[in-house]
Formats: sequence, C-alpha cells, structure tokens
Amino acid sequence: MITTTDLLALLPLIVLSAVAVIVMLAIAVHRNHRLAFLLTVAGILISLITVPLVSDLVPRLITPLVLVDRYALVFTVMAYAAGLVAAVLCWEYFRVREGHQEEVYLLILTALLGAGVLAAAHHFASFFLGLEILSVSLFALIAYPLREIRALEAGIKYLVLSGVASAFLLFGMALVYAETGTMEFAVLGGRPGTFPSVIGTILILVAVGFKLSLVPFHLWTADVYQGAPAPITALLATVSKGSVFILLLRYGLESGVFRVPVVSVLLALIAVVSMLVGNFLALRQNNVKRILAYSSIGHMGYLLVAPVAANVVGGNLAAEALLVYLAAYFAMTLAAFGVVTVMSPADREAEELDDYTGLFWTRPWLATVFSVALLSLAGIPLTAGFIGKFYLFAAGSQGALWMLLGALIIGSGLGLYYYIRIVFQMAQAPAALQARPEARPVGAHLVLAILLLLIFGLGVYPAPFIDLLHPEINVPKQSAAQQ
Amino acid sequence: MLAALILVLAVGGLLAWQAERYGANAPRWIALMTLIVDGALLIPYFAGGFPEAGVWLDDIRLHWIPRFGISFHLGLDGVSLLLVVLTIFLGLMAVAASWTEIRERVGFFHFNLLWTLAGVLGVFLALDLFLFFVFWEIMIVPMYFLIALWGHENRAYAAIKFFLFTQVSGLLMLLAMVVLVIIHQRDAGVYTFDYFDLLQTSLELNTAWWLMLGFFIAFTVKLPGVPFHTWLPDAHTQAPTGGSVILAGVMLKTGAYGLLRFVIPLFPETVADFSPIAMGLGVAGILYGGMLAFAQSDMKRLVAYSSVSHMGFVLVGLFAWNALALQGVVITLLAHGISSAALFVLAGAVQERIHTRDMNRMGGLWTDVPRMAAIGLFFSVAALGMPGLGNFIGEFLVLLGAYRVDAAMTAAAALGLIIAPVYSLILIQRAFHGETREIHRIRDFGARELALMGFLIVATVWIGMYPQSMLDVSDTWLKNSLRGWGEGVAQPNDSQPPGERLADRGEP
Repeated sequence: MITTTDLLALLPLIVLSAVAVIVMLAIAVHRNHRLAFLLTVAGILISLITVPLVSDLVPRLITPLVLVDRYALVFTVMAYAAGLVAAVLCWEYFRVREGHQEEVYLLILTALLGAGVLAAAHHFASFFLGLEILSVSLFALIAYPLREIRALEAGIKYLVLSGVASAFLLFGMALVYAETGTMEFAVLGGRPGTFPSVIGTILILVAVGFKLSLVPFHLWTADVYQGAPAPITALLATVSKGSVFILLLRYGLESGVFRVPVVSVLLALIAVVSMLVGNFLALRQNNVKRILAYSSIGHMGYLLVAPVAANVVGGNLAAEALLVYLAAYFAMTLAAFGVVTVMSPADREAEELDDYTGLFWTRPWLATVFSVALLSLAGIPLTAGFIGKFYLFAAGSQGALWMLLGALIIGSGLGLYYYIRIVFQMAQAPAALQARPEARPVGAHLVLAILLLLIFGLGVYPAPFIDLLHPEINVPKQSAAQQ
Repeated sequence: MLAALILVLAVGGLLAWQAERYGANAPRWIALMTLIVDGALLIPYFAGGFPEAGVWLDDIRLHWIPRFGISFHLGLDGVSLLLVVLTIFLGLMAVAASWTEIRERVGFFHFNLLWTLAGVLGVFLALDLFLFFVFWEIMIVPMYFLIALWGHENRAYAAIKFFLFTQVSGLLMLLAMVVLVIIHQRDAGVYTFDYFDLLQTSLELNTAWWLMLGFFIAFTVKLPGVPFHTWLPDAHTQAPTGGSVILAGVMLKTGAYGLLRFVIPLFPETVADFSPIAMGLGVAGILYGGMLAFAQSDMKRLVAYSSVSHMGFVLVGLFAWNALALQGVVITLLAHGISSAALFVLAGAVQERIHTRDMNRMGGLWTDVPRMAAIGLFFSVAALGMPGLGNFIGEFLVLLGAYRVDAAMTAAAALGLIIAPVYSLILIQRAFHGETREIHRIRDFGARELALMGFLIVATVWIGMYPQSMLDVSDTWLKNSLRGWGEGVAQPNDSQPPGERLADRGEP
C-alpha cells in the first residue's frame, strides 16, 4: 500500500514527470522555443527544490521497486542540475539553428526521469524501466538534428547498440530470475546463485558495460559523442553514465554480486583495460569531441575502482568516492562541452583542435573555462578532479587494488598529455584574429561561470560536500542475515 | 604570517596579470614590489633569533578536509627559512632578468612567475602531506605555461616532457602518501595527513620500502637524479631566462627538500638500507652529468647538465645523513641556486643579444662585452668549486661527511671536482675567448643587469666567506633531525658531532 509519505518521498520524480507532461502540452498548444525552454528550466528548478523537502523522509522503500535514500537523492540533485545545464546549453545551441526545437526539452526531462528512477532502482523491473526511459530519450536527442547525417548515424548506432545491450540485460535478468526466483536486489543477496545466475549476472554487466562505454564495449562512444549535438553529448556523458554507475554500485552491493570472485576479477580487468585503452586511443585524436569521448572511457575505468573496492572497504566509502568523483566529473565534463557548444557557430560545431588555436587571445574567458575543465579532468590539485582522484586513491589503496591504481597512474599520465595538448593549442598565438561572433549567449556564460566556481569550490574546499555524504550516506550491504 | 607569505605572492600575481592594461612596465613593478613585501615579511624571523631544537619558528594550522584529517598546516624552521629566502631572492632576480626579454603578454608572464614561486614557498612550508602535494603540483602548472608560452624554439616538447615527468612521479608520491595514511589509520584509528603524526607510524620493512620508493622517485625526478634527469636539459634550455632561473635555482631544491624533510625522517630504517643505492645514483649523477655538460655546445644545456652534476652532491650528502654532510647539503643548495641562476641569466643575456645559444657561433666575445665575460668567469669559477666561494664550501662539506660513511663512493664523487673545472672553463673558453667567429656588435651589461649580477656575486662571496651565518640558521633543524637517528645507521656516531665544532669555530 502506498501511503502519502511514500508519495511525498517520490516528489522529485513526480514533479519532474508532471513537468514533462506540462511541457508536452504546452508545445501542443503553442509551439514556442522560449516558452518550452523557460517551462523546462522552471520545472527542473522546482524538482530540485523538492529534494531538500524529502530528505527527512528517507531512506524509504516504496513498493519493492524503488528505494529513495540519501545516496539516490544526492545523485538526483546532480543529475537534475546537469539536466539544467544541458537545457541552457541546448537553448543557446538550437536557438541559432533551424527546425522545430521544442521537443528537445521534453526529451531532456524524460531522460532525467529515467536517471532518477535508475538512481533509486531497487529491483530489476525499475532497473530496466529506468534504463529504457533514459536510453529511448537519448536516441531521439542524439539524432535530433534530423538533417545532419552524422547525428543520424550516431543516433542509429546508439539505438542498435543500446538495443543489443537491453537484450543482454533482459536475458541476464531472466537467467538470474530463473535461478533465484526473485528480482529484488536485496533478496538476491540472500540467495547465492549457481552457474546460470552467474552467467546472468555477467550478461547484466555486459549491458552495463555498453552503457558506460567500458572497454571492450566502447566502440560506439567516439562516433556517438562526435555525431551528437554538443549539449546532448554533455548530457549523455554525464547523466546517462552517472546514473548507470549509481545503479551498478547499488545493485552490486545489495545483491552481493561483487562478492562473486569471477565478477570482481572481470570488473577489475575491465577497469584496467578501460583506463589504458581509453587514454591510449585519445592520444592520437585531433577532434576535441573525440578526445573527450575517449577520455571519458578512461574516466569510467577510473570510476570502476570504487565498485571494485567496495568489497573490501565497504559500501559507504565506495559510495562516497563514487559520488565525489561523479560530482567532479559532471562539473568538468559539462564545462568542457559547454565551451564546445558556445564555440560552435550556427552552421557547424567547433570540434577540430584547430578551432581552438589562440583561444586565449581571441576569447580568453572561454579559454580559461576550458583550461580549468581540462586541468580538472587531468586531476590537477585545487580542481574538483583532483579531489575525485584522491578519493579513488583512498578507496583503491584501502582495498589494496595495486594493479588498478597502477593503471590509474599510467592512464592519468597519458591523459595529461592530450589535455595539455588542447591547452597548449589554445595558448598558441592565433593565425589571424577572427571576428568575435556577434551573439553573446548570456545564459551559457552564466552556466559556465557557475561550473567554474563549482570546479574550484569542490577542489579548494570540498569539506561541505563531503559532510553531506559522510557519514550519512548509507548503501545497505545486504546479506543473508537481513532477510 | 606564513599563510601571508604565500597569499601575498598569489594576490600579487593576480594584480600583475590585470595590471597589464596600464602598460608593460606595470606588471614588472608589481611583481618586484610583491617580492620585496614578501621578503620584508621574513625579517621578523631573523630578528627573533633561533630557538632551541624542537621548536618551530612559526606555524599555523587550520582544518581543511576533516574527513581525512587534512589540515592547512604550515611550519617554518631553519632550513625552510633559508630556502624561502633563496626563493624570494631568486624570484627578484628572475623578474629583473626578464625585464627586457619578455615583451609579449607581460602580465600573464608575471602571474605565472609569482604563482610558481607561491607554489614553491608552499612546498617549503607545508607540514601536511596532502597540502604538500597540492603545492607540489600547483607549482608545475604555471611553470608549464612559462616554458610553453615564452620558451624557445622547441618549447612544446620541453614543456610537456617537464609536465609529464613531474606529474606522473607526483602521482606515485600521492599513492605512497595515501597508503601511509591508511596504514597509520589502521594503527591509530584516525585519518591524518599531518607530518608529525605520520612520523610516528610504524611500518613493516617491506611496505616501508615501497612507500619510500614512491616518495624517492618523485623527489629524485625533481632533483633531478640520474636516471630521471632527462626532462631537465630540455626544460631548462627551452625556458625563458626567468623560468630557467626559477627552475634551476629554486625548483630543483624542492626535490632535495622533499628528501630531507619527508623521505629520510619518515622511513629511517629503509633509508639506511637504501643509502648505498641513493649515494650511488648521486655519484653517477655527478660524473655522468659532468661529462654530458662538457659535451654540449648549447650554452644553457651545458649549465643544465652541470646542475645534474651538482645535485648529485646533494643526493650523496643527504643519504650520508650526518652533520657535516647535511651542512654541506644546505650550503650546496643555496650556493648552487645562486650560481646556476647567475649562469642562466648570463646565457639568457647572451641569447637576447646574439640570438643563439650555440657556442660554436660564439667566441671572442670578451672584447665586445668585457663585463659579461668577467662575470661569466666569476660564476664559472664559483660553480667549479673555487675555495672562498659558496659552492666550494658545500661540496667540500658533503665530501667530508660522506667520507665517514663510504670512502670508496666519496672518492668517486670527488672526481666530479675534476670534471667541474673542465666543463666550466670550456664554457668560458668557447664563448668568450678565442677568435671571433661571427661579427657581433652588441651591448654589454647595463646598470640593471650589473646590479642584478652584483647581488648574486655578493651572495656567492658571502656564502663562501661566512657560511656559518647560514649554518646557524639551519643548526636547530640539523640537530633536531640527527637526534633520534639510530647509531647503527649509516654513520659511525661521533661523540661530538663535527657540526658543533664548526659552530664553535665559526662564532664571530
């Protein structure tokens, strides 16, 4: 029976769903880009406001499907904020382009809804539902510029691979269910599976690997990142991957699959390979979006340190490390793609390295934001990225994962090279002073300024954010005893 | 007060950056004034005299990230005070040396210069390992920009190489730090990154070995010690004069400082086992660096390799770890900072005038620029270890101290004293003597450069003639470090440490 309190605890999701409906109706009644944009922004803001209101009610299990707890809420805030940033960037991006732009916001809202469900998912059904809401929104978003051949190509690629991944996921779930007779994460933990359920678990992890673009499931990443419109890439890189990661950790801890030796070895292996391959492939790229795509593969590999370490260090430190790193990763990735968005003229995207030559002298503000974002991605101290990396070091060395940490160091070294390469390109004297674009997108600059502050704030004084997570963050590490 | 030291430089950097709009000279003056103010902040420490062992001249401690027991903890003792003074002094020299060389983006240049110095000061002052690491990395970024933006022909390569070497080795150090903290946490139950708390950690020998290696590699890359030195010739050669001065004069010293502040006190037993290897690397650096220096035709490259050689003495002295050797290390750090800075200023001045560093295209410059040549001779002679000048005292003390620990190694290191004159004098020979290969009509040192060099000459002579004034400052640190150092370790313990005897004799 769902009580009023249950509904209250679900407010962040309910409000967002309502906003999605309102935006859809508004578009049907009066097609206006500005209106859709403003409604979306207001709606996401209201959804964000509901989060502190419900934070006293958690943790709360609402039906077997959804567990709203602090872990889910913190991520929900991050995802919604990222959605807000993406919406603002979309406004600047699509404003100067032709076509019907209003549905972008609708799709962003549904993608956020999917992410919110994933963050709270506690059951295979909500896992699958959340993932599909998110993915279906993303196909449409990626292929949104219908007349762009590359966007279409990227959309199709993502659609096909996502479909395959979903098939893997469903089959894996079916195997696990056949063996254990339950779909609830927590209950799964009490029923140690045998051979078929381990296979099922591995199939589920393959699907997750596709979504997170971990090596060897990474082949779609660069093309999709490159083909999708820059603000959508930002959304894809942050919200989609972050929510799947949040889910992975919860699923792994509650169902105890991380304790299965095969799984933990496989995860560690995937992590090492992702770090190395992602960073190696980024070295030779000359396209900024592709560089960021490959670097994101590396970052997903770094992030895997947290779930792999969770076995030894416990769920709480792992969750803390994951959330801190994700927060940093969100801020710096959004800032980087934000700069790409603002840099892009109406007819194409500024994605070649050459587009950034001399940016420090032509558009110093953008160059500063981009450099800070890149240095943060590289993990230089005083930026958020360093605090995230520090957390991974802490979790990894508590878990004695020396091989992973060694790969992390090598990966960071490689990463430094291509991040610094972009910074160096921006610092070069420009060939000719290009005329400044006439439009001054105020909203985007405001968003970039906030992201810059966040990157520095989290890097210089992370204590308030950490206090939010520690020691209250509590991911139950379910065991048979609790059944 | 200590935080102010760093803050002044950071704020001054921002001001200098913004001041560019008021003319090219504004950032220069602001940078100069900032450094003078910073120097003035240090005066009280000298006025107050130096307290007994175990007392720090000043410290400040604020909570930063309580979750991991990280605090903003700065502290100053004798040896850090000396290095801070060196940093600010050479900072002034770097600003003065760049006065006419840097003509583009003057504001940003001085911003980077001052922020590098701020990072270096932080490194010399930090007593929290996390904070230390932050400063350690922070000083790299502006230095990268100094090399990448205002460097010479091959700057992109040199800058990225510098960045990668120092960053990756830094990550090894970070890993070692985190593991050390976690081991401490398992014993004591709390996370802390505080230097004094971590000194109490008891480690298994095997673990300690790996951790020590993590720190050692990071610091040896910076020092630089063979075989991690390959970034140095490129970075020094390609950097603008001001950058080279800071790199050679100050930044290399952070490596030595890290070794003496962290590696040896944190892992004493392991270091005792490791010291033959470290001293061996030091000796290898002395000889190999010296030979490579001799083979160079690029003036700045020659000086750069000579740094490798001189820093070899530091490594030998540090791992000999007795009073004499450590006094030698302190003096070498100061003296080498000054002499190498002077030689880089000279090389930069030559390049600014004849647009080449290639000594094959020089020769006979003495007739054109007698003042430059004479000053060049002075510092070459200082660098080769002429008695009466700073470097001699340092290297002599190091050898004297090391001899008590390992006679064979010391004998090999002493060969460096033969190589040093060879490469130092060849520099003078090829650049200033001989026939004029190309016709140059160039300006000799002007008043600004003469004043700059004058300061450096006075400093070198002072260290050479009256090293005791420096040793007094670092004496407390020295006694403090050696106390509690086990008898069996590395040195046959003297009943009366030689440092005491020297102190008595040198008292005015």
